[in-house]
Amino acid sequence: MLVLQVLAVFSLLSVLAVGGGAAVIPEMKHLTVGVAPWIDSQQFGAIYSLGQLAPGPNMLMVSVIGFHVAGWVGALAALLGFFVPSGLITFHVGRVWDRFEANPWRASIARGLGPVTVGLILAGTWSLAHTVMVGHGPVPYGVCAIVTLILLRIKLNPVFLIIGGGLTTWIASMLGMPAC
Amino acid sequence: MTSDEAAALAPSAERVGLPAIFRVFLTLGATSFGGGVVAYLREALVERERWLDGETFLAGLELSQILPGLNATNMSVYVGERLRGAPGALVACLGMMLPGTIVVMALGILFTGGGRVMNVSTVLVGVGAAAVGLLLATTWKIGRPVIQRATDVAIIAVTVAAVAYFKLSLAVVLPTIGPVAVWLYRPRAMDRLRPPTRGHETPK
Repeated sequence: MLVLQVLAVFSLLSVLAVGGGAAVIPEMKHLTVGVAPWIDSQQFGAIYSLGQLAPGPNMLMVSVIGFHVAGWVGALAALLGFFVPSGLITFHVGRVWDRFEANPWRASIARGLGPVTVGLILAGTWSLAHTVMVGHGPVPYGVCAIVTLILLRIKLNPVFLIIGGGLTTWIASMLGMPAC
Repeated sequence: MTSDEAAALAPSAERVGLPAIFRVFLTLGATSFGGGVVAYLREALVERERWLDGETFLAGLELSQILPGLNATNMSVYVGERLRGAPGALVACLGMMLPGTIVVMALGILFTGGGRVMNVSTVLVGVGAAAVGLLLATTWKIGRPVIQRATDVAIIAVTVAAVAYFKLSLAVVLPTIGPVAVWLYRPRAMDRLRPPTRGHETPK
């Protein structure tokens, strides 16, 4: 059954999401675009981008993928799948976490997984960049570079940059710039 | 001692109501944007509501980063559990997710239902490009304090190569690279890494 498949796929992604949402992008794309295939690469990029326009945790867009596959039940299955397993793990580990405060392995795990997490997020960023930017001309690259530089220099609510980025490519396409 | 002082000294001593937890996380879920949830969380939970002290917040954040799942929802679960057990975790997490879910579903239906008002896909290209920029900046901010030694660069490089070049599944990458990275920073290795010149320590 399709809904159960949605639930299973997003549950798997949930327990693999070490490093957060960006870290799991390549795997999510592989499972929903490559293996299933429920959506194409372009739709995946568009749905991820949609998710950026919403407040809160940045992977709530899994509901849109679920909706695309199996309607409202699919949306619910994707949300439950993606957020319940990791939530349960955090709930149970959180209760005993204080007990390990003096354990030296706690610091080792945090220190060791730090660079792994950075690597996973970088790989996720690469995958996303490939999905949403390639084949749309030079404008998105400019948007990406400018947003990065601004955020590294000044503290600004990213929502303005996200909306600004969207307006930039929209206006560029209105002005007849290539392949947006 | 006034109740204000008591609250400042022992942040989690007072029993917080479930509606209050839901309200605070609902506000967070509606106002935090673009992965900057951690800053919003600290401001609301530690400074405004005083439900947690700074140290507990950092411990929770460390846990949220180690465990699978998003920082925002993991922190909701962790904080909600501390305040009111399982029901607290549930309402905190629901509050955090509800506003964004409504917005993203509305956008999703608009998008999949045609979206003829303007050419949605040209907007989304720019939104996606900005999102990549946001991720790059975030990665730089997270990565800079992490990268201290050649070992860190090596772990990052191997991880990126495994996922982006060799296209290995996280189900393979995490159980292999994860334990190796932790072993490289095992307690004995951490002891050796500790800088020898620290004023309050007796020299060996």
